[in-house]
Amino acid sequence: MSLKIIVLAKQVPDTRNVGKDAMKEDGTINRAALPAIFNPEDLNALEQALRLKDTYPGTTVTLLTMGPGRAAEIIREGLYRGADGGYLLTDRAFAGADTLATSYALATAIKKIGEYDIIIGGRQAIDGDTAQVGPQVAEKLGLTQITYAEEILNVDEATRRITVKRHIDGGVETVEGPLPIVITVNGSAAPCRPRNAKLVMKYKRALGAQEKAATTVDMPELYETRPYLNIQEWSVADVNGDLAQCGLSGSPTKVKAIQNIVFQAKESKTLTGSDKDVEDLIVELLANHTIG
Amino acid sequence: MNNVFVYCELEGTTVADVSLELLTKGRKLANQLNCQLEAIVAGSGLEGIEKQVMPFGVDKVHVFDAPGLFPYTSLPHASILINLFKEEKPQICLMGATVIGRDLGPRVSSALTSGLTADCTSLEIGSHEDKKAGITYENLLYQIRPAFGGNIVATIINPEHRPQMATVREGVMKKEVLDVNYQGEVVKHDVAKYVPETDYVVKVIDRHVEKAKHNLKGAPIVIAGGYGMGSKEGFDMLFELAKELHAEVGASRAAVDAGFCDHDRQIGQTGVTVRPKLYIACGISGQIQHIAGMQDAGIIISINNDENAPINTIADYVINGTVEEVIPKMIKYYKQNSK
Repeated sequence: MSLKIIVLAKQVPDTRNVGKDAMKEDGTINRAALPAIFNPEDLNALEQALRLKDTYPGTTVTLLTMGPGRAAEIIREGLYRGADGGYLLTDRAFAGADTLATSYALATAIKKIGEYDIIIGGRQAIDGDTAQVGPQVAEKLGLTQITYAEEILNVDEATRRITVKRHIDGGVETVEGPLPIVITVNGSAAPCRPRNAKLVMKYKRALGAQEKAATTVDMPELYETRPYLNIQEWSVADVNGDLAQCGLSGSPTKVKAIQNIVFQAKESKTLTGSDKDVEDLIVELLANHTIG
Repeated sequence: MNNVFVYCELEGTTVADVSLELLTKGRKLANQLNCQLEAIVAGSGLEGIEKQVMPFGVDKVHVFDAPGLFPYTSLPHASILINLFKEEKPQICLMGATVIGRDLGPRVSSALTSGLTADCTSLEIGSHEDKKAGITYENLLYQIRPAFGGNIVATIINPEHRPQMATVREGVMKKEVLDVNYQGEVVKHDVAKYVPETDYVVKVIDRHVEKAKHNLKGAPIVIAGGYGMGSKEGFDMLFELAKELHAEVGASRAAVDAGFCDHDRQIGQTGVTVRPKLYIACGISGQIQHIAGMQDAGIIISINNDENAPINTIADYVINGTVEEVIPKMIKYYKQNSK
């Protein structure tokens, strides 16, 4: 049995390294000012997809991402690990999307791709931590969903059903659902395999149209003789998207206010680590029955 | 119409704490908005379930009782909410930011094209002026949450779309019985009218739920370690102090990510929220998501060799020193003086 798998992946700002110019005035993220990485849980999802490809020969793994031109990096990283191809949804009209507008855009692109058995992505992205896009894409495509997946255990060819071990509050669950299906993968799932050196050699020159436009491409003829080096970019029009449902205008949630948190200073006592200071503190806490 | 709804999550036939906390919050919001509080319970064998929720001030309980509704699967529960909301048109819907709430909420919000804000740490009612459109919206739900890796706190609103949906983690809101004799209405719905047979496509084959290994949430004293603990072995010291003080050990996300401590002990926006009378932060710098999970502690002690650690600004006692030096002294002097 061969499966058609679409991996949803997002390039995210590395929220561990945030500078002052990280936010724009309208309250959305100024992605240009931040280091960009492959969203960690999307890598866990990619691994699950690649394992299915290992198990079921003929399976194809296609990445789908949305972002600016530089997000083509996500597709390349996927190709380096064994994915077969990918699409970058990129259009100014997609900018400022909340989770609902993002799901709409992804769902229209998935319809454009057309054939799929499994759509798989990370549970959530580290820049928003919302975990909403997976289930919303499922709803928009009229598919069922299995979220918080730990491991895909089996795909049954005859019944076209998939068995998945998933995390639930305080435990684990094994569930079985029909294909096609949307699956979101938890960070506790198996980590993604490293880049494959041969594939890196093969795809290192793969570029999206915006990336090509931004640099002087050496050996431009390569992109004609090796079509797999052209990373496909799609605009709103390419996926027949409705502009009213994209980006800021398609987002029911609005950011009213952003606050850079300055904690209200309490009156605090500063102590040293000396024996006397520590003992005095312990005695004080014992005296007022905080401890003991 | 136009009421506040809370989706009540069940384990077996017991309503989850997080749902009762949200009923408490929902009651307050309903009072402010001068509307009613309604609860939705969906599961199997729910005779008398209303007794668990009514005391929190619920005016109407919608009961969906059918064999396929427990354990939870996505589609049937989503259909219940989507179809019920089309009839009832709530202005607000709250649910737990649990695995279930975070599976269900987005699906419902997508079907109703309403906005949903995940993992709120505060919910308030307020107005919003859209200067460009020249419209002022009254009585909106301010959905407040740390965002963007915790570097900011964002207030999210849904001016045009209903219901305004939000998920909230367990422990963030307080659970308070309003009146043990509170009388509300019970509506038992015909599940088949809301859930098509085709929704029961996912089968739960196997399920293990374990009781929590510790009582971090309810502990009166919490000792939490951060990345500054340096190692898993560093945490042993905290467990030793915790044993003396009858405390529980927690951790920051950085410490959990580094493998120093189990994930289920993580305190903060994406972990447990605690309200102990004493909180001892050891080698924790104080990312805002962490602060969100412990700022209501009674007394906060911060042990840190960085005197500029953000957590120090909310601490009652700041000990400038290394954890390796201070913790053994605390154990020693506690033993000496507690007799």
